[in-house]
Amino acid sequence: MINVNVEYFALLKDQRGCSEESVKTEAKTAQDFYQELQLRHKFSLSHNSLRVAINHEYKDWNTALSPNDTVVFISPVAGG
Amino acid sequence: MFILTIEPIISSVYQSKLDSPEAGALAIFEGRVRNCNDGKVVQSLEYEAYTELATIEGEKIVTRAMEAFEILNAICIHRMGHLNIRDTAVWVGITSRHRHAAFSACQFIIDEVKLHVPIWKKEYYGNGDTGWVNCNCTHAHSGNENQ
Repeated sequence: MINVNVEYFALLKDQRGCSEESVKTEAKTAQDFYQELQLRHKFSLSHNSLRVAINHEYKDWNTALSPNDTVVFISPVAGG
Repeated sequence: MFILTIEPIISSVYQSKLDSPEAGALAIFEGRVRNCNDGKVVQSLEYEAYTELATIEGEKIVTRAMEAFEILNAICIHRMGHLNIRDTAVWVGITSRHRHAAFSACQFIIDEVKLHVPIWKKEYYGNGDTGWVNCNCTHAHSGNENQ
């Protein structure tokens, strides 16, 4: 079990009801971790619609999580 | 240079930063808040960013433009916070010796920003609903979700 920091933005922030939290997880990868949170918080978007950033860098979904990582799940962007 | 700002974007301020005696061309793109989207009346917008990553990705895009096109300088600025109709949401300015490079780099930067920079846009509609653009999810004014 490791501790991971999660920051939420936009739709996911609205659906979670907070902008950040610390989560203890046994998830091995970013994808496993999102699916765990999606089930827990009923996020409407599947991981296929999202990207993931770990420690302020875009990463693949199969990236392994490390203790105290900062993870952000990025819903479809809409700048401009 | 890539900047996120909560302040109104004043074009002349950033144009002066691009001033160069070598520049035969200055191309500017301004993205503005319009009053309708997807058949809905839009009253205002709110922009939110994942600031750390948005700044990193925005700078990468500007750097790639500087490398890929024969330009002299490039600036991209994106507004954050609540914006009203006609406000400038994003501003891209490019200087180059000749016009083609400036036009091309300007289009490259705005296209890449829209694809890769973690910025989100919430629309406030005339009927009181709100919705995050591209997320296929509208929140009714009453608080009920309407997919």
